[in-house]
Amino acid sequence: MSIDLSQFFEVFFEESLEGLDAMEAELLNLVPGEEDLETINTIFRAAHSIKGGSGTFGFNSVSDFTHVLETLLDQIREGKRALTAEHVNLLLKSVDCLRALLSALQAEQAPNLEEANELRSKFEQILGVTPAGTEQIVTKSKPAEPELNTYQIDFKPHHHLFKTGNEPLYMISELAELGDLQTHAFHNEIPDIIDLSADDCFLSWRFFLNTAKDESAIREIFEWVEDDADINITLCGGLFAQEEPPPAAQESIAEKLASTPAVAEVIAVNPSPKAAVAKVTTPAAAESTSIRVGIDKVDSLINMVGELVITQAMLSQIGEQEVTEASIAALQEGLAQLAHNTRDLQESVMRIRMLPISFVFSRFPRLVRDISQKLNKQVELKLLGEQTELDKTVMEKISDPMVHLVRNSLDHGLETVEQRIAAGKDPVGKVTLNAFHQGGNIVIEIMDDGQGLNTAKIKQKAVANGLVSDTDELDDDEINELIFMPGFSTADEVSDISGRGVGMDVVRRNIQSLNGSVEVSSAAGVGSTFTIRLPLTLAILDGQLVRVAKHTYIIPLISIVESLQIDISKVSRVGKDLDVLRLRDEYIPILRLYTIFNHQGAIETLDKTLLVVVESDNQKVGLLVDDLLSQQQVVIKSLEANYQKVDGVSGATILGDGRVSLIVDISGLIKLSGLRKPGSQDLIIESKASLEAS
Amino acid sequence: MISAQSKVDNKIVLEQAQGVKQFLTFIMADEEYGVDILTVQEIRSWEEITEIPNAPDYLKGVINLRGTIVPILDLRLRFGLAAIDYGPLTVVIVVKVHFAQNSKIMGVVVDAVSDVYSIAEQDAKTVPSLTDSENAEFVAGLVNVGEKMVALLDLKKTMDI
Repeated sequence: MSIDLSQFFEVFFEESLEGLDAMEAELLNLVPGEEDLETINTIFRAAHSIKGGSGTFGFNSVSDFTHVLETLLDQIREGKRALTAEHVNLLLKSVDCLRALLSALQAEQAPNLEEANELRSKFEQILGVTPAGTEQIVTKSKPAEPELNTYQIDFKPHHHLFKTGNEPLYMISELAELGDLQTHAFHNEIPDIIDLSADDCFLSWRFFLNTAKDESAIREIFEWVEDDADINITLCGGLFAQEEPPPAAQESIAEKLASTPAVAEVIAVNPSPKAAVAKVTTPAAAESTSIRVGIDKVDSLINMVGELVITQAMLSQIGEQEVTEASIAALQEGLAQLAHNTRDLQESVMRIRMLPISFVFSRFPRLVRDISQKLNKQVELKLLGEQTELDKTVMEKISDPMVHLVRNSLDHGLETVEQRIAAGKDPVGKVTLNAFHQGGNIVIEIMDDGQGLNTAKIKQKAVANGLVSDTDELDDDEINELIFMPGFSTADEVSDISGRGVGMDVVRRNIQSLNGSVEVSSAAGVGSTFTIRLPLTLAILDGQLVRVAKHTYIIPLISIVESLQIDISKVSRVGKDLDVLRLRDEYIPILRLYTIFNHQGAIETLDKTLLVVVESDNQKVGLLVDDLLSQQQVVIKSLEANYQKVDGVSGATILGDGRVSLIVDISGLIKLSGLRKPGSQDLIIESKASLEAS
Repeated sequence: MISAQSKVDNKIVLEQAQGVKQFLTFIMADEEYGVDILTVQEIRSWEEITEIPNAPDYLKGVINLRGTIVPILDLRLRFGLAAIDYGPLTVVIVVKVHFAQNSKIMGVVVDAVSDVYSIAEQDAKTVPSLTDSENAEFVAGLVNVGEKMVALLDLKKTMDI
């Protein structure tokens, strides 16, 4: 009988990657010289379970690599070796390396073992070289190490073992706690299925145990079954010697056994190093799409379904009764209950997709550590509101823009230590990530206490790039907005951290594609704050229903600035066919939805007609509609599933009456209207500027 | 005891073995067309529809099919025939079309549903290549059923919009 292990791969990868995250987080907490034993234990446990899992599934490249790592950790844990900064760096590197190995395996590609081997040899160097006297004992041959012994334990329970209430598994796991355990089970005594009694034990085992404990400790484990089993414990040296003399006594035989196939693997992989490199960079395709859900969320869901069933039963009972005034009242009550249940259920289902933002935040301590070392700045990272939950899809997409913003804060925002001391600030710069809920949105703030945005420099650059003209009078906020323009970078030098000028506009576009917004506020010398606002989920949207001719469309509420009745005296015509409304200090181009969507029978006069002013990509336009209907939350349905992408439409939804309504995609609509032809952007900025000049 | 039902079942099994397929046929402009019955999801009456802006004229719009958005094509317009007003017999045949990468659920508006025929695939004749009609590409083959001629549709091409 063979079990298809591949069905467990996904769980293994997920758990291992989680374990790596935990390792990384704990490693960052480690300060050489004052390490906390519990922290090291946590790292050790994570490494150990990755090694165990990968061994089980036959991912020898991972288990071999983890083994050396584990050996080092074990020595540190037992106080045989002092932790140094070099160790921490090496361990962090190996976390990265393991991550790459795992993602390659997950994508079912041959992992690139080059880095792993390099790191491994470094580890082995550390383990093999003897810098201090204490280590001498560890690395010398067995006789000098009296505490570490290998025992061979033959454990052959009598058939009636189970009847005495003993479970061999517990004993084996207890044995495993004593040291490195290698287990062989013998099943040759299992009789044919006809003679098999489920209550009898037919298995016997042979264990090899590397332990610092003596024989009595092993005997103690088997104390309860001494009379019910044949137990034979021998101090064993010969068996190991046959296979290969171990260079370090505490290395397990598993390592020995596995080393040969591992070498074969290295050879197999090396002929195509190029392909392997390319593969490491593309693990995203195989990214796991499963989700871990807290049991409490599932329980609440089950409760709600229970309530729903009760309500349904109640309603069908009412349906069978004769129609009386009382039954109608009961029916109405039941329907109200049903509405309540449905809403609760919807919320709970949405909550399943919600994960705490700590999933994103947790990658920043490492990032900040690496970058601050590279830039030679001292940085303290503060994470607030890590438990704030948001949709998994949103989370996956927000992570890159956030990394970009944090890099920017570190590179451009924070000053060097000397500059900070000269400015009378704490030499340690502060970067704070804060997340919280506000209305139906999640707000993420990235704050630094650095020098703030240099408005003079930004403006100078903007003028040089032709984004604004020299004569424009812009206030600080407007200047700060300019950094979100395409092709903008103020860094004097392009570094590998930031400054290539393809930054902030991409950040803004990414966030806008999630129906979110990003703003910046800054004060010179005090610091700057980037505020990202995102909807909690992508599946549901707050919409304004509008009517155009006989069609109902939905405009996302988040993009609506205001709705107003057009005063014709404020409308002027620009060019051939573009009407512009003067609204306070801005000119708003009027887009006629019925022309863009090619509908007949809509209101075509502008006077007193309703205009919905919307904003997208930092540009405001007015949409001419016939009527404003209700506002409601709508569930977004895909048009592409059965049809194709429709320009100017981001999706569809089903209204209360069962009909389909289309959701307007504002930026797509602007493109469709042809408003943003080359030069049209300038037109809007110019008109704004001329207005201010007047 | 052999029931009538099992006889029918036997007949179907036999027919499948001989490459016989069942086709649902419908009428459009007095011509009969057939689609593989296994692709047909359901037959609905014409209902109010949501138009898609700037779509080709044969794409009438989308409907809500139990929570899924399903596009509806007018087959007359797709074939370049004259449009007619929809009446009580106008039906929408909802089919599942398998494309190279995915499968899509779509609806076609036809004049009326006609019949179900068992047709052996080898009986289908290829469309005469003389025709200069663009519509020839939508037809996979022609078969004679009694006195009538039925055009079997190539759904993949017809629905590739």
